[in-house]
Amino acid sequence: MGEGAEGRENLLYGPEPDVAGAAGYPDAPPRMGFFTDTSVCIGCKACEVACKEWNAVPEDGLLLTGMSYDNTQGLGADTWRHVAFIEQRKPLAGQEPGVAHEDVDVFAAASRLGTGAASPGPGATAPPPDRAPEGAPAGEISPLSPDGRTELRWLMASDVCKHCTHAACLDVCPTGSLFRTEFGTVVVQEDICNGCGYCVPACPYGVIDQRKDDGRVWKCTLCYDRLGVGMEPACAKSCPTDSIQFGPLEELRERAQARVAQLHAAGVTDARLYGESPEDGVGGDGAFFLLLDEPEVYGLPPDPVVTTRDLPDMWRHAALAAVSLVALAAGSFVRRPR
Amino acid sequence: MSESEVTRDGVRHARPDREAPTGVHAGRRRRRRGRGEQPMVPDAEFSSYYGKPVLNKPTWKPLDIAGYLYLGGLAGASSLLAAGAGATGRPALGRTAKLGAAGAITLSLAALVHDLGRPARFLNMLRVFKPTSPMSVGSWILSGYAPLTLAAAATDVTGRYRLVGSAATAGAAVLGPAVATYTAVLLSDTAVPSWHEGYRQLPFVFAGSAATSAAGLALLAAPAAQAGPARRMAALGAVLELGSFQVMKRRMGLTAEPFEQGRPHRLLRAAEALTAGGAALAVLSARVRDRRPAAAAGAALLAGSAALRFGVFHAGVASAEDPRYTVVPQRERLRAREC
Repeated sequence: MGEGAEGRENLLYGPEPDVAGAAGYPDAPPRMGFFTDTSVCIGCKACEVACKEWNAVPEDGLLLTGMSYDNTQGLGADTWRHVAFIEQRKPLAGQEPGVAHEDVDVFAAASRLGTGAASPGPGATAPPPDRAPEGAPAGEISPLSPDGRTELRWLMASDVCKHCTHAACLDVCPTGSLFRTEFGTVVVQEDICNGCGYCVPACPYGVIDQRKDDGRVWKCTLCYDRLGVGMEPACAKSCPTDSIQFGPLEELRERAQARVAQLHAAGVTDARLYGESPEDGVGGDGAFFLLLDEPEVYGLPPDPVVTTRDLPDMWRHAALAAVSLVALAAGSFVRRPR
Repeated sequence: MSESEVTRDGVRHARPDREAPTGVHAGRRRRRRGRGEQPMVPDAEFSSYYGKPVLNKPTWKPLDIAGYLYLGGLAGASSLLAAGAGATGRPALGRTAKLGAAGAITLSLAALVHDLGRPARFLNMLRVFKPTSPMSVGSWILSGYAPLTLAAAATDVTGRYRLVGSAATAGAAVLGPAVATYTAVLLSDTAVPSWHEGYRQLPFVFAGSAATSAAGLALLAAPAAQAGPARRMAALGAVLELGSFQVMKRRMGLTAEPFEQGRPHRLLRAAEALTAGGAALAVLSARVRDRRPAAAAGAALLAGSAALRFGVFHAGVASAEDPRYTVVPQRERLRAREC
């Protein structure tokens, strides 16, 4: 799009290194965000609980869905963190899924305990360093299940508002209720929202939604109140495995690149980053992810584009249509020669 | 994938008939009736999260918002008819169009306010002016347009302040086309696949539909002697509406499918029949002295335009509810970029 046709490129689309500056903050702090590393998520839902507690988010329905351990279902007005659970018949590289230890003489192993570093105890999950494949960091992450068995792999991922560089919800909000904070995040001012609902279908990720009994829309604020006093958001604070990492976006992106390289070296070739690239359709997410499968498997759109990218073109077509309507009406009044 | 399989020789497939679908084939199974058009694109395999939609569907109430799209179009095109009638000396046609525009825009404003989650805060719409928000732009257009139509209608009915009335009629005719077409941008500027992908043609569809509805109202209420322009407007509007709708569907690919299924399909087929039939009847009604064919044509055109707006509205909601219309086109886009 664009090719800079307007001379104001990057306003609606494309990389934007200084979102807060572009939004009018002269001396903004660094852009803050989340890096959610799903490879270490254990599905404890502490983030969901911490979010609800801190932000006083109402109950979002108590029902059993049969969708693995996911009874939350998806993000919405009353769900600002959502842990997805996906059960797959695929081996998860990095796990040693075997549960049998027939070949282990426990008494012999016990007698050797502490005498040799190369002989792991019966409970050890990592193979001895000399059996690790090339490239795998010895003793850190074990390779694919050695006998090639395919076992269950259980993916867990904590989803959240992406705090897009080009946020469609913010762009289309007619009241100015949605705004960009000095941290580069996107927040709803609930005292201004009049519940027009335009942001709901505008969001390419299905994050923001209307609270039925309240009429206004709600979503993750990246704990704007906590950020303001130098605290990390409730979900990241509560995450026991540091699957949810909070920090300056630049730093998180570097950390994420290193983590993907580490996982690839360990044989987890499925690992990929989602939403981290400033070149993508929304100019990069403020909250991005490390996934172990295609984004749509987690309920995320594979190639989201901010709808307002096409808005100048839409206005042009609407103007043309309006002119056509005038011409059509004028044509209707032209007297046919008798 | 969720069948039990605990350990060796333990519980296996304890609940074989219960399948929580993940991965491939997880898309919602779509019912397909025997009748109706065949899908334009073969079924594509795609993954989804338990068939759950990627998007949150619009929270707008169909009667309010589809009704608003319809009434806005009716008002906008009626203002053009009113201005034309004023310029060519057709006072009865002018009065019908002015009253129609004023009534329709009043009703549509009521629908807009009614749809808000917090109706008492409707004035917040005018808190800022945001060109990136079609709803903000629309609110400002309406706040200029609605008083003009009311002034035009009031001066016409009372016969006072004629100069003000002419100015208001002219002003309403300038803003009217914007009122009729901006609503297409309002729908297209969302992530809803079947609304967004048609953004190039949808304004023309809505412009045509606005013309047919305004012509319909004029045919229904104005005397036949002055309804000539309405008859022509009906024919031209029907051609614009139905023609650009066909082009739109052809260019949209997979996301045109929701227009061809279920309730949207029935509504849109009805819209086609009513609009085409109404326009044909309108043209023919010029040859007979009886007023009833013209009135029937007018009613058909009004109903057809309404059916179109409701059909487009419901098709968009259906496309947001099915992850297939979000995931498959995006996958194709990614694949095309890799090539």
